[in-house]
Parts: sequence; C-alpha cells; structure tokens
Amino acid sequence: MANKEVMTVNMGPQHPSTHGVLRLVIELDGEIIEKITPHIGYLHRGVEKLSEHRTYHQTIPLTDRLDYLAPMSNNLGYVLAVEKLLGIEIPERAQTIRVIMAELTRLKSHLVWIACHALDIGAMTVFIYAFREREAIMSLYEKISGARMTSNYFRVGGLSSEVYDGFEKDVREIIDTFPAHFDTYEGLLTKNTIWMQRTIGNGVISAEDAIDYGITGPALRGSGVDWDLRRDNPYSGYEKYNFTVPVGEKCDTYDRYKVRLVEMREAVKIIRQALDSLKPGPILADDPQVCYPPKENVYNTIEGLIHHFKIASEGFPVPEGEVYQSVEAPKGELGYYLVSDGGNKPYRMRIRPPSFCNLGAIEKMAKGAMIADLVAVIGTLDIVLGEIDR
Amino acid sequence: MGFELFGLPMIYYIAMIVKVLVVFVFVLLTVAYATYAERKIIGHMQVRLGPMRTGWHGLLQPIADGIKLFFKEEIVPSQSDKFAFLLAPIIALIPAFIGFAVIPFGDTIEVMGYKIPLQIAAFYDTAAGKVVDLNVGVLYILALASVGVYGIVLAGWASNSKYSLLGGLRSSAQMISYELAAGLAIISVFMMSESLSLQKIVADQAGFGWYAFKQPLAFILFFICSIAEINRTPFDLPEAETELVSGFCTEYSSMKYAMFFMAEYANMVTVCAVTTTLFLGGWHGPGFLPGWVWFIAKVYFLIFVCMWIRATYPRYRYDQLMRLGWKVFLPLTLLNIVVTGLIAR
Repeated sequence: MANKEVMTVNMGPQHPSTHGVLRLVIELDGEIIEKITPHIGYLHRGVEKLSEHRTYHQTIPLTDRLDYLAPMSNNLGYVLAVEKLLGIEIPERAQTIRVIMAELTRLKSHLVWIACHALDIGAMTVFIYAFREREAIMSLYEKISGARMTSNYFRVGGLSSEVYDGFEKDVREIIDTFPAHFDTYEGLLTKNTIWMQRTIGNGVISAEDAIDYGITGPALRGSGVDWDLRRDNPYSGYEKYNFTVPVGEKCDTYDRYKVRLVEMREAVKIIRQALDSLKPGPILADDPQVCYPPKENVYNTIEGLIHHFKIASEGFPVPEGEVYQSVEAPKGELGYYLVSDGGNKPYRMRIRPPSFCNLGAIEKMAKGAMIADLVAVIGTLDIVLGEIDR
Repeated sequence: MGFELFGLPMIYYIAMIVKVLVVFVFVLLTVAYATYAERKIIGHMQVRLGPMRTGWHGLLQPIADGIKLFFKEEIVPSQSDKFAFLLAPIIALIPAFIGFAVIPFGDTIEVMGYKIPLQIAAFYDTAAGKVVDLNVGVLYILALASVGVYGIVLAGWASNSKYSLLGGLRSSAQMISYELAAGLAIISVFMMSESLSLQKIVADQAGFGWYAFKQPLAFILFFICSIAEINRTPFDLPEAETELVSGFCTEYSSMKYAMFFMAEYANMVTVCAVTTTLFLGGWHGPGFLPGWVWFIAKVYFLIFVCMWIRATYPRYRYDQLMRLGWKVFLPLTLLNIVVTGLIAR
C-alpha cells in the first residue's frame, strides 16, 4: 500500500462528454482526479491570421465559426470593434435588431448548454427538450440570414439585409413559449435530489480565484461577481433595457446553473423590450465609404453596381489605430483587439475567447474530485472548442 | 404416459421441458422487445418517434439489431486476457436467464388429468396434494444475482482498458452494497410468509393481500436496490457513457456485446418478475383473466417504470451511490425488519 500508483487516462479528443475535441490528460488515483492537463488545438483554423489577409467584411464569416453555437454574438463583437475604429454611428433600428438577435443567440447557446450539461449528468430528456426549443431559433436564423448556424448576418455599419415581414410576430411567438419551457427544465432538474447532489458543491471556485483565472460570463457571476458587460459597459444600446443580472452565492455548479436559467428568462425580457421599441428606419449607417448601397441601386443603376463591387472586392480603408471591443457573449467576455495600419485589412486581430479563459480554471475546479465531477465541470464551464482553438 | 422416473410420472418431465422452452422463448422475446419498447417509450417521452423504419413503426428493429450485431467483426483487444474476455459475457448472460426457473408465473393447470404448476422448478405432489417447489427459491435468485456481477467485473478487468477497469470497479462496489440492502429488504417478506418458497409467498398474497401494501417500505427499497443491481439509470455508473465512454463493455463488439446487452435487459425482466412475485401478488389478480396474464401485465408494468425512471433522472455519482446504499437503505431495511418483527407477528 506504500507506493501509490497513478493511472493516466486520456479523456478525449474522442470522448462523449468533452464537447468537441477537447483532450484532457487526467491522472487518477482510483476515481479521484490528481491532475488535469487540457490539450487544445485540434480545431485550430488560424482565424486570427486568416483575417490579416481578408478585408474587414470577409472576416465576419470567420467569426461565425468561433463559437459556432452563438454565431451572432461573435459577429456583433467583431463589427462593433471595426465600427469603433471607423467611428461610425449605427442607426437605431439596426442596433435594436442586433440586440434581439444577440439575445436570441444567448438563448440558443444556453439551450445547448442546459442540454449537454444535463446529458453529461445523465438526464437525457432535458437534452431533447432543449434541442427542440433551439430548433425554433435556428429556423428563425435561417429565415433571417439564410443559414441555420453560420449566420453572417451583421455588417460593419448595420445589418446585411432588412428583416422579413412578420419577423416581429415570429420572434414574439418563439419567446412567448419559452418561459413555460424553462419551467419544464426546472421541473425536471432544479429540485431533483440527484441533480442537486451532483451539482451543489461541485466545481467550486471563489470570486477571487475566478477573477484571477480570468473567468467571465455566467461562470463568473455564479461565483458571486456582479459583472455583466451589457450593463457595466453597454454597447449596441443595451443601456436602454431593463434587466437584472443574476448572481450566485455558493460558487458551485448549481449556482451557475441557476444563474444561466435566470439569464435565459432575462434574455426573453430584453427581447420583448427591444421588440416594443423597434421602429422602422434604415438598417445601415449613412456612410457610403463603408456600407453597401441599397439593393435597388445595385440591381438598377450602374453607379450602385460599381459601388457595391468596390466595397465587395476592395473593402474599405479603416483609419490607423488600435481598439479593443468586448461583448457579453453567452459564454463570457468575447473581446476583439484590432490593429489597423490604415489599409483595408486588419494589421492584426486578436480574439479573446471566453471559453479559452474559462477552461484554464478546470484543474482548479475539478482537482480532488471524481471523474463524474469533472464531467459536470466541463458542462458547467460551457466551453466550445471552436472558439478555444480559433 | 405410464412410465415413471424417480417415482414421478413421465408427464412431469415432459411438462418441465415444455415449460423451460416456453419461458425461455418468452423471456428472450421480452428481452428483444424490451429494447424496442425502451426506445419507443423513451422516444415518445422525449417528443420523438423512436425507431420507425424497420417494419411497421419499427417493429422489426430488434431483429435488425440482432442480425447486425451477429455479423459484426469480433474484436478481441490484443492486450486482453482472451479467456476471461470470452468468459465474461457468458457469465453475465446465463444467470440473467436461469433466474426464471423458480418464479411462479401462473396458477396450477390441468393437462390430461395431471396438475402442472406454472413454475419451472416445481411439480405437483399428488400424495401431499400440494405444489412442491424449490424451498429456498429466493436464495437461489439472490445467489444468481451475485454470480452475474462476476461477468461485469471480469469484463472490466480482462479488457485491459482503463475505462473498462473503472467500470468494472464501480460495478463490483455497487453490486456488493446494493445486494445487501436488497437482501435485507425482502427479509421482512420472509418474516410474514414464514417461507423462502416462492409458491408459498405468492399463495400468501391471494386476494390483494399484496406485500407491497403490507410492506410498502420494503417494496420501494427492494425495487430501488434492484434497479441499482441491474445497473440501470439512475445507477448506471458502470457504463456511464458520458464519463467512462461505455464502461465495462467499451472493448466489446459483435455478439459478445450483444450478450451484455441481452443480460442487462434479461436482468431487468428477472428483477421485475421477482418484484412482482414478492410484492405484487405474483400471478394473483381479478379472476376474469388467467393468472399468467396478470403476471405478465405486472412484470411489463414494472419494466415500463424502469424505463420511465431512465427518461426522468440524472445519474448518481459513485460515492453518493455508495452513501445512499450503506447509510440510507441499509439502516432503513434493518429498521423495517425490526418494525415488522414487533408489529406484524
């Protein structure tokens, strides 16, 4: 019994609960975890480098593929960063639609989170239910942008196109059903003894540690830090909406679970307010240097066609400078650091993905726990490898 | 039928063989269609359809699955212990099926003037005028349940794979702790029936005198422990997919995997049959239907409950499961025995 033998297990990159291609090298003493080493990079596509060879608009589709569960939030962060460099004003209608879509994206992302988190802990049914609800948002995505996942809907200066007739009605119909669905999930999980036993006291990380590790988003708020960029550093007109920022107390998986559920309910409220304040108007900034001309002009006049062609082929010059713009993406603070040398392509783009920073704390949160706890921690961190590896 | 063997008419032996065949085929079919039923029931609970393509509403799915598994390549890991690797599925499967030998699944029927009890390991003793069955039937079932665990432990160890090993370890720990609680839970039934013979236990429950009503706590505890013993959700730790990939059967493929699969479902059928026999009055029921119909109906209902639980509950953690078994169930069963001893007799 004197010499303890440690078993090294490779968890992933092919494993049912590593959410993609995360690879964790775990050292186990029985079922107790002694050490976790995350290995990442299996999904690396070089988005940051690629963007240096693309015009500012051509990078937007790349951002769809960062956190592929929340494409519009990624779009939003990127276009906001470029707009900040350009210093252009975005029409109110475009801002409001951006908020609606960003909050729907939050719902979409959180639905996948609750689905996978519950499935990891063994509750299958929630998984299917949440995916059913997500389907409605996907259909809306498809109607509005033509793609279910890689939406590529926002543009520098506004939106790629006006929303279709009946968009408001569709959104209202979708979000009206949601509170009842959240009640269903809560009915299946919140007071479920097994769920509580599995999540209370699991993956505890104190507020100080959470800040030290750079954790952001619901994982940070679950640790009791009252910090939400939508409220504390508003963008895209978030200051106009009333919403509460839920904060946890016990810093464990159960609190993070409750924080995210409240966040989903709040997102529904924000969407309602945004829909109420949605007024007709332009969806692109009045800046012909940057924004595409209206489609009627492109199809009917030679000047419009040339204008469109120039922007599409050459892009637009962005003043020299550097900027950091972050948004409250569903998974945390998603930041874009852009450096421009005055050309039509970024000199350097650096993305601060929330999942990457959150994943860093995995050893802190799961060390000394059991394998089953590690699975719950992966679920509660809500990571997406697309944005970790970029 | 004038021959006699060991002092018993030949028809008794013929009847026994017929019973074995009928029960075996029945259990086999139930196992096959329990997989289908599970997919359908959970499917509908999860607002989806389940198998729909093979046959009408997917009714041929179990057959298609069987054929597929039968023709798949047998993979035996090069680092595995070959003998134990092959032995494990057999050890898992056989006890799951032979448990049925002692379960009475219907009333005594009359064939050509001979009375035949609907229980495999039993015959009608004309001289004594009563059915004679294995007088320690319950012990026999508990013993078989203990043997079944060796299949899983061996599978986990012989595969020489880390996830399998963890699954095997979890399984052995789980079965040991829950077997004890399950065994103690049914002691209160023995105390009331004063017998270990399943015939006697069923006979005592005639006319809705079910032990589930007289011993509700023992009933619930036994059923939960049974679910834990057969590794079903919320106690499906040995093969917890999201944690251990597939647990003890990670390295298994083809028919060897199918044998584990069948063993799991056969265990479920057996456990539900035992619960029916011990607590739900066995084959007793209102007289408008024959006893065996009631028996099958009750067993199928319990199987449905197992599937319902699977669709509803998350999974326990290993240590929580042990704590539940040793610190909650075990004291409760002991308390139940004491209370039964004080009140019932």
